[in-house]
Amino acid sequence: MNFDLSDEQRLLQDSVERLIADWYTFDHRRSYQEDKAGYSEAMWARYAELGLLALPFAEKHGGFGGGAIDIMTVMEAFGKALILEPYFATVVLAGGVLRYGASEQQKMDIIPQIAKGSMKLAFAYAEPQSRYDLFDVETKATRDADGWTLNGAKGLVLCGDAADKIVVTARTAGDTRDTDGIGLFLVDAEAPGLARRGYATQDGLRAAEITLHNVPVRFAQVIGDPAGSLPIISRVADEAVAALCAEAVGCFIKMQTITVDYLKTREQFGRKIGTFQVLQHSAVDILVELEQSRSMAMYAAMMVSECDATKRERAVSAAKVQIGRSAKAIGHQSIQLHGAIGMTMEYSIGHYFKRAAMIERLFGDGDHHLRRLAALGGLIDPH
Amino acid sequence: MDLAFTDEETAFRIEIKKYLRDNVPSDIQRKLLEGHKLSKSEMVAGARVLNKLGIPNWPKQYGGAGWTPVQHYIFEEEVQAYPARTTYDYGAALVAPVIYTFGNEVQKKYYLPRIANVDDWWCQGFSEPGAGSDLASLRTRAVRDGDHYLVEGQKIWTSAAQYADWMFCLVRTNPDVKKQQGISFLLIDMKSPGITVRPIQLIDGGHDVCEVFLDGVRVQTENLVGEENKGWDYAKYLLGNERAIDASVGICKARIQRIKELAARTGLGGGRLADQAAFREKVCAVEVQLKALEMTQLRVVAEAPMQQSGAQDAASSILKLKGSEIEQATAELLMDLVGPYALPYFSEKERMTGDTPNIGPGWAAMIAPAYFSSRAASIYSGSSEIQKNIIAKAILGL
Ligand SMILES: Cc1cc2nc3c(=O)[nH]c(=O)nc-3n(C[C@H](O)[C@H](O)[C@H](O)COP(=O)(O)OP(=O)(O)OC[C@H]3O[C@@H](n4cnc5c(N)ncnc54)[C@H](O)[C@@H]3O)c2cc1C
Repeated sequence: MNFDLSDEQRLLQDSVERLIADWYTFDHRRSYQEDKAGYSEAMWARYAELGLLALPFAEKHGGFGGGAIDIMTVMEAFGKALILEPYFATVVLAGGVLRYGASEQQKMDIIPQIAKGSMKLAFAYAEPQSRYDLFDVETKATRDADGWTLNGAKGLVLCGDAADKIVVTARTAGDTRDTDGIGLFLVDAEAPGLARRGYATQDGLRAAEITLHNVPVRFAQVIGDPAGSLPIISRVADEAVAALCAEAVGCFIKMQTITVDYLKTREQFGRKIGTFQVLQHSAVDILVELEQSRSMAMYAAMMVSECDATKRERAVSAAKVQIGRSAKAIGHQSIQLHGAIGMTMEYSIGHYFKRAAMIERLFGDGDHHLRRLAALGGLIDPH
Repeated sequence: MDLAFTDEETAFRIEIKKYLRDNVPSDIQRKLLEGHKLSKSEMVAGARVLNKLGIPNWPKQYGGAGWTPVQHYIFEEEVQAYPARTTYDYGAALVAPVIYTFGNEVQKKYYLPRIANVDDWWCQGFSEPGAGSDLASLRTRAVRDGDHYLVEGQKIWTSAAQYADWMFCLVRTNPDVKKQQGISFLLIDMKSPGITVRPIQLIDGGHDVCEVFLDGVRVQTENLVGEENKGWDYAKYLLGNERAIDASVGICKARIQRIKELAARTGLGGGRLADQAAFREKVCAVEVQLKALEMTQLRVVAEAPMQQSGAQDAASSILKLKGSEIEQATAELLMDLVGPYALPYFSEKERMTGDTPNIGPGWAAMIAPAYFSSRAASIYSGSSEIQKNIIAKAILGL
């Protein structure tokens, strides 16, 4: 039992932290956001150069064979920087689908391009009615001699407007909420019949609503079993949650340090406000939440590769419950301790709060995961 | 980063499990599980069984177990989960480290073997009516008179003093200096003339704490530990150990298991409480916090870096703060589970003998007292507010 990073993981951490320190200050971020895409292509190239885009893929496909702990390390640093680039969508989400579902040929075709930085992907799993249920899929895929045809609407596709290719979940059989009959289709973003409406999200990132009208898909673009891909989707969603927990911890660390620094500089009533005991105790509450969240992000990272699905899902849900709780507690308190400056877009703390609040809502909020955990019997089995 | 224990650690765990199975009287295990009160002889018997295995933290030369921090963690987890911890052992856990760190050879030779064997029962005479959180303001006086001190004053909240053979006690030996600088650490024989012990009934109905009146008590100067007027340093060392002892993860885990078992037997609305989503989610919310605490504790045990330097030292405050909160939450869950049969009151004696009149489900009798007494967890060993003061200062630098 140990909580240490390996030597390689430490090197990775150092290099990402350095990259962020050099290229991702709050001012940098603001300027990247004004770029046409809403993020920095130059940063994307740097991620490629550092190998971050290749991180979780197998070496034979041009990757680095990194695991969940590596992703945790990177996502925590990205959380501190509030990065805008579609790393999560491309590498963790779509990349996860490829890792678990794609054929050898598909992997050879796509992964090297992701690794180089020349291809971005998105994962269109959600629909307007589906809320957090991954199996709630109305979009239809119908089969003919040449391949499949997709019809339907996908919602909240993270970085959907930047992606070159989009992994779409669609129903090949059954009713809207059946767990069987769901397939994964790799669709070209410029495919005929595919329309995207990109928009900004609350955290300064971007998403898209996508409509599919008779979009043709060749057989070679089907990932995995067209009638039974929910296990892949669930697996990717669990990894997504673990990665988001780490990103949230990065946000929490910044909120905690920025807030304590502020308590040590701001003066009112002729003294530093950090000398007021009520504020000290709030700051301690923030620290305790942070440490508890960090513990659970580590737990999720260590458990997400667990083959026993029940153990894995319990752990991941428990982590997301903790993160959701801490996002509120830390977010609210750190804004409160800043007073009005905390409410402004000019100051950083609110940006962390907003991202953390959106992370809470990605792949299931605390209530959703508490329900899932309870349905799985909780973490502790009776004798 | 890896959650798996090594083969040696797993073997150690199996060994501990086996030892507990072979040595802890089954009656004691059952009483602990069901929340009965234990008699002094049961508490002593339990403590003796655990100490025989070796006392965590103690140096080997005095009978310490010589375990690694991970082994200590495993031991504690198994003991709590069994459950086999009959009492808080003030002797082995609190006074012994002060004796072997600051005491003289004669004291070490005399007291340590007796403490290890639980020949004497110890109590902690720190708090006074006027000195709680502000412990250093204590007023019990010890005036030197030849080879004796004459002790005059009052202690309060002294746990299990009615059973105690000895008390380790903070006394004021110099009233004319800064309050922290005039305190000494004395070992007092509870049979000394001039000592009166009055048990205090707490809201759970039990008499776990006492007032101890010291009226012209003569204590030999050889019972002074370390140097005169240096007692505050020893007390701080002791209080640090007290906080660090455990975050009761094992106890809380065992309680959650019990909650799940009882909920499966408890009827509600024609079904069972265990099937009700709202209740299950409430339990799960506590389980999540407990898992986070367990991971945080493991990080401390594994000496993983914490958020800020200095955090490692004050981590025990985080564990105490969060541990007491979760322990209280599990007691609340039990209380919510038990329903209306929390109402009947049973005397301390009835709860000790297990001879409760047949009212309601048998297990219900112990729940309300456990809930009431759980409120103390955030008051003793440094209240939650004091822990926050410590963290704010030591970790956050505020
Ligand atoms: C079951 C039980 C067993 C105990 N066993 C022992 C024992 O064996 N030996 C022993 O010596 N003592 C024992 N104690 C006493 C315990 O250590 C004290 O109760 C504790 O130190 C708090 O002191 P107090 O009760 O006088 O409360 P006070 O110190 O008067 O505190 C009252 C309230 O004010 C808060 N407060 C006080 N100072 C501050 C501050 N600076 N900032 C913010 N808030 C503050 C406290 O947190 C608390 O909420 C025991 C207590 C209990 C409940």
